Amino acid sequence: MVFCLRRRDGLPGLSISIAFTLVWIGLIVVLPLTALVLRPWQDGGAVMLRVLHDGRMYAALRVSFSCAALAALIDVPLGLLLAWALVRARLPGRRAVDALIDLPFALPTAVTGITLATLYGPTGWIGALLARAGIRVAYTPAGIVVALMFVGLPFIVRAVEPVLRGLPPELEEAGLLLGASPWQNFRRVILPPLLPPLVAGFSLAFARCIGEYGSVIFIAGNQPFHSEIAPLLIVVRLQEYDYEGATAIALILLLSALMCMTGVAALRRRVSRGLVARGAA
Amino acid sequence: MSVQIQSLTRHAPNASRKMLDDVSLTIEDGAFVALVGPSGAGKTTLLRTIAGLDGPYEGTVLVDGRTLAGRPMRERRIGFVFQNYALFRHMTVARNIAFGLDVLPRRERPDRRAIAGRVAELLELIQLPMLGDAYPDQLSGGQRQRVALARALATKPGLLLLDEPFGALDPIVRRQIRRWLRGLHDQLGLTTVLVTHDHDEALEVADRLVVMQNGRIVQDAPAEMLDTAPATPFVMEFLGEALAFQGRVVQGSFLPDDANVLRFPVAATDGPATAYLRPHEIRLVAEGSGQATVFGGWLGAMRRLEVALGKRTVEILVLPEQIHHAGIEGVSLDITRARLFRDGALLVWKGG
Repeated sequence: MVFCLRRRDGLPGLSISIAFTLVWIGLIVVLPLTALVLRPWQDGGAVMLRVLHDGRMYAALRVSFSCAALAALIDVPLGLLLAWALVRARLPGRRAVDALIDLPFALPTAVTGITLATLYGPTGWIGALLARAGIRVAYTPAGIVVALMFVGLPFIVRAVEPVLRGLPPELEEAGLLLGASPWQNFRRVILPPLLPPLVAGFSLAFARCIGEYGSVIFIAGNQPFHSEIAPLLIVVRLQEYDYEGATAIALILLLSALMCMTGVAALRRRVSRGLVARGAA
Repeated sequence: MSVQIQSLTRHAPNASRKMLDDVSLTIEDGAFVALVGPSGAGKTTLLRTIAGLDGPYEGTVLVDGRTLAGRPMRERRIGFVFQNYALFRHMTVARNIAFGLDVLPRRERPDRRAIAGRVAELLELIQLPMLGDAYPDQLSGGQRQRVALARALATKPGLLLLDEPFGALDPIVRRQIRRWLRGLHDQLGLTTVLVTHDHDEALEVADRLVVMQNGRIVQDAPAEMLDTAPATPFVMEFLGEALAFQGRVVQGSFLPDDANVLRFPVAATDGPATAYLRPHEIRLVAEGSGQATVFGGWLGAMRRLEVALGKRTVEILVLPEQIHHAGIEGVSLDITRARLFRDGALLVWKGG
């Protein structure tokens, strides 16, 4: 018997799925974003000009981006350490910790915010201790960073964990047998393959932190020019019925975020050399 | 470099099962030894223990008369090639090969030019001079295998340990790399220990085979000895297709239980015994009432015959002229070249 062999795609009905997906992406993502891009210009460029001269907005953007970047950066080594403990250490409470890591995803952000504000407030468990040492966290940018670290951590852990799990143990053994010290082995053999997921996790955490609202506003103190984040400023403008101003800030936030993500993506390609099949990208 | 292992025992983690059970083995300087056996026999465990990987064990392992414990890896002068090669995917081939030199402390490390020179030399040795800038993922299996070998050789080890290094390669590449590896061993004056489950490979490349089963060494002998005088039926069967004939020794003769198998004289005490031999060592004789049927194609110059011997049927290999002489109706089997075993140990080997 002769069979007519046709090259099949891995998934059945791939072309239909793609068409369906594109339509939904169009409806859910592209359409609202287009509205966001167009809305500030509806009454001419005046609104945009006004917003672009608003020092409070620049301060808010600076707070948002610097706190998000700092929180995501601190999360990178913390997340790596956590992922390491989850994968390598055979600790008794491993499963419980594994479940706890995803908690920031599930918790309503307002709950997170109120909890952190209570903990780090001047009379809170941690806040009182820090106050004695002369450190104030709540109602300062430091508080924002603490809240964002909490929100961003699972992204790093979950990005690194599967890659770390998939690293063959022979790699480390090969390094040691070739005479590398434990530090050299970590630095030259283990860390490089983990860099792409670390950067990916960083970019996810960073993106999430830029847009984070609920968990931040309770602990931040929200003083304009000092500890006010851009998403909050948008809400403030909305409450003032300044819809154009709000969308204009949103647009600038969107563009800045886009630029940052592009930069991070370039970094990820750089650290992925040799680790992903060439020609595929 | 020589290796002496004395009554080495290792337990599986969290289990009472022994991965290595009272293993003693001596590997002389310059020897090429193959550890062979089925999977789970303890070959890789033994190799890893020699390398000083893995945890605690009972017994002693001496490399060049000294124990490895407490000595830094780079002083041990051991090269190890893993089954999956364990190449560093984020480094180019050249950096992979140079790794052992790159991690040396500054005062011992050769300068950049010297390292580059050594890498070029090794790339030449593994016959891949153009691939220094490639990444491991761009190479074929055989090329990766050779890069892993070059990486292990960069620091000039005296002892080379290879864990199933040809496992993932196609037969033609396997044969080429095998010969090349043997040449390299002789050229560099290495002591090499190779783990493999392929007896043909071991027989071709190694001077000595160490056959392992269930964590024990069953036989340690030069390649030709293993076939002529296997220590147990397992060794006989592991080294190739084998046929068994039950029977007993009575007054200096082996009497097979099967009909149409000829008795033959042996120098052994009376009692039950089992005769083992290779299908091609059996000869057809024109007497008796056995029924032979030719089936299948040619196997080299030989033909496959199915011979009915009363209660059972065996498959043998004969030269075509034998069929011509003996015919295929009314035949018997001459198993004079069999090795006789009793209670799992070699009794006597007859023939030549």
